[in-house]
Amino acid sequence: MKYDTSRARNPRSYDETDRFDIEPERYELFEGPRYQFEPDRRDFLKVLGGGILITLVWRAAEAQDGESGRRVRRSVLSAPQDLEAWLHIADDGRVTIYTGKTEVGQNIRTSLSQVVAEELHVPVESIAMVMADTNLTPYDRGTFGSRTSPSMAPQLRKAAATARELLVDLAAERLGVDRESLVAAEGAVRHEASNRSVAFGALAKDRKLTQRVTSDAETAAPEDWKVAGTPVAKVDARSFVTGSHQYASDVVRPGMLFGKVLRPKLVGATLESIDASKAEAMPGVTVVRDGDFVGVAAPSEPVARQALAAIEAEWKNPESSGEELYARLKRPQEDGGGGGFRRRSGGTRGSIERGMAEAKHRLQSTYAIAYVAHAPLEPRAAVAEWNDGKLTVWTGTQRPFGVQGDLAEAFGMSGERVRVIVPDTGSGYGGKHTGEAALEAARLAKEAGKPVKLVWTREEEFTWAYFRPAGVIEVDAGVDADGKLVAWEFHNYNSGGSAIAPLYEVANQKVQSHRSDAPLRQGSYRALAATANHFARESHIDQLAHAVGQDPHAFRLSNLKDERLRAVLEAAAKRFGWGSVAAEGHGFGIAVGSEKGSYVANCAEVAVDRTTGEVRVVRAVTAFECGTILNPLHLENQVEGAVVMGLGGALFEAIELEGDAVANPRFSRYRVPRFGDMPKLETVLVNRPDLPSAGAGETPIVTIAPAIGNAIFAACGVRLTSMPMVPKGVKV
Amino acid sequence: MAEMLELRVNGAAHQVDVAGRRKLLGILRDDLGLTGSKYGCGEGQCGACTVLVDGVAAKSCVAVASALAGREITTIEGLATGDKLHPVQQAFIDHDAMQCGYCTPGMVMAGAALVENNREPSDEQIVEAMQGNICRCGTYQRIVAALRQAAAAPTGAGDRQEAAS
Repeated sequence: MKYDTSRARNPRSYDETDRFDIEPERYELFEGPRYQFEPDRRDFLKVLGGGILITLVWRAAEAQDGESGRRVRRSVLSAPQDLEAWLHIADDGRVTIYTGKTEVGQNIRTSLSQVVAEELHVPVESIAMVMADTNLTPYDRGTFGSRTSPSMAPQLRKAAATARELLVDLAAERLGVDRESLVAAEGAVRHEASNRSVAFGALAKDRKLTQRVTSDAETAAPEDWKVAGTPVAKVDARSFVTGSHQYASDVVRPGMLFGKVLRPKLVGATLESIDASKAEAMPGVTVVRDGDFVGVAAPSEPVARQALAAIEAEWKNPESSGEELYARLKRPQEDGGGGGFRRRSGGTRGSIERGMAEAKHRLQSTYAIAYVAHAPLEPRAAVAEWNDGKLTVWTGTQRPFGVQGDLAEAFGMSGERVRVIVPDTGSGYGGKHTGEAALEAARLAKEAGKPVKLVWTREEEFTWAYFRPAGVIEVDAGVDADGKLVAWEFHNYNSGGSAIAPLYEVANQKVQSHRSDAPLRQGSYRALAATANHFARESHIDQLAHAVGQDPHAFRLSNLKDERLRAVLEAAAKRFGWGSVAAEGHGFGIAVGSEKGSYVANCAEVAVDRTTGEVRVVRAVTAFECGTILNPLHLENQVEGAVVMGLGGALFEAIELEGDAVANPRFSRYRVPRFGDMPKLETVLVNRPDLPSAGAGETPIVTIAPAIGNAIFAACGVRLTSMPMVPKGVKV
Repeated sequence: MAEMLELRVNGAAHQVDVAGRRKLLGILRDDLGLTGSKYGCGEGQCGACTVLVDGVAAKSCVAVASALAGREITTIEGLATGDKLHPVQQAFIDHDAMQCGYCTPGMVMAGAALVENNREPSDEQIVEAMQGNICRCGTYQRIVAALRQAAAAPTGAGDRQEAAS
């Protein structure tokens, strides 16, 4: 097995042109399908037992995302494996959608079902979603970047509309009537005049029809939606409240062993020597050493742990620079550095020098962002099984096909012989783009000749996964005598380029993201660097408002042109009652932002205890707009969840380092938000049925931190410029 | 050396090996196939493994199994009465009080322990009872609302126990 610890340290960038070494901007990687995945469509239909199959293909129109102008690489379009999803109608009327997307709690199993139900005119309950199984579903790049709602949902809508039109055609033929006299409703096609109807199942019976999605299939306008756009409950909620849902870590296979991996103290350490004789002598225990990989498989979890403890190994740690984190990040990487920024808006506009010359007030600040962990409650887990040279792995990942590829590469086999099945997963937040546990379980299973389950401990998850990049951000800005922004210079070291453009109207600007030599393995995280960049920008804007003596809300409005930004800002301020006076020791803060085509504004109220330094967020209002709302219930839930997660990074979440080692790899030492940290959360959903749906799982995290920071300043006059802001309270 | 002991789980007796100070969670999941209780931290910090021991919420990842002889253990699999969900389970569905669902079994059990003993919990009492359970998806506000509903449900705790007895 090629188990490359250097790659483990710096996960491969999937886009050669990208200068970031982190797993950056997954949503804009231009990677095409790397594997042949073109099952014979007729065979597929045979397996399904006949019926009607609608195939959804990449089309030029969808290959380019309208708003951002991001292009899918041309090779995707010319690739033979052009399918994106399948919709099947069986002869008993069951509707099944096949998509490579993964459910990680964002409730796309529900929202995509709604979209199909709407167009096909069937009840949501009659739809089954087969998701994220590399043998059953078409290739998918992965579930990240808020792409499901803007890209997969409209395509499935077209697929369902195509199926509906086909069914109407079949019914017209069967009933011998004009298709215009027919109506599809509740899983059947009805002929009102003769009071006859034919069920979809009956129309699909004894057929083996395959049809591509047609782009002219008419879809309902959002204002006419009856199922989509409504608060349909989570489709399989019952399986979660009863504990019957099986996550990857719950999968059991006959004869299954339990695996554990021996970890050195530091990521990147190399194995010097090993004595595994005691472990090897234990009954039923298999020890695997392969390069720097050392693992055991045992008949039970306790025995696996004992075997691991019995191994004596010496490791050589990588050299530590010994440099303070933020100083290290500030030093651009030697190989040219300064790369990476290539998203939205060029780096420079106008002239900073000229702008600064016009400025009446000039303000410079440096902001720091700590490393944070995703800490999904389900740690990485996998069950791997080999049969006749084929490998099947159940694992929780946001990139089933990516993990399939990693496994194929590691074991030198073709992708078709590797099957990755992703049960609905215990969340990811951008943290499960990789398949470490899958590789480890597969390596152990191969040696042991039996299926192996491997579940990472919390400590492993906190140490061996990857982190949201820490960063240093330097901002230098100027405003003129009227309070208009005239110059804006913004440098982000290491945390990334997402949402780095200023949003505000400013004639002279220079923004740049710089790559650094980072000490920890770092990668994607909900909203990526947008949180860091919004924290710095919106804190700085607040400082500028105070410098010119303007109300922070009014100052923002006077420098913002974008109508969607203004709308969420106004909506949040209105619900919050901005302009009222805070109680003694309390303060109000406001912030606005945008990322990935959706818009968010937060107002926060905090209470600061001047004696103890304790900061409490009392109330948080979030206004959010992501185009047409697909499910207001789950959207509100996502928005609240993102705000809660953002609260952690804002107030106290931080990976602490001792040298280059993680010093707090446990929930008892890494504080995440709990019940007692909750402010009163209020959400205003701004629906824009005239606009296409954007994703909603990420963007609502980006403005809560600056809103809280600005509220702390309003409460006690202390400006906090480091995230987390108050891990030990505030010194007034 | 095996160290066999009888544990009562969801009303049934099981002979299990508790040697080496084994924790309850591993026995439930690996020996008894009751995978509804989840591993989240192994140090009693996240509550994903919460079960009831004689009606009181307990973190099964740190509960030493040998100390549980003669106690009545209830897991998420044993909470509903046949097809009828416990009021806390129903309330979680009604309030969309979950996202990925991984914390949900532990949340439901901790919540059930609360409402079985307190039919009118204040929000402060709910927060206090639930403080040891983490929902990384951040559905706390919904869980509090769900527990308020469950506590007030006419088919709540006492009635359910009567119906079951």
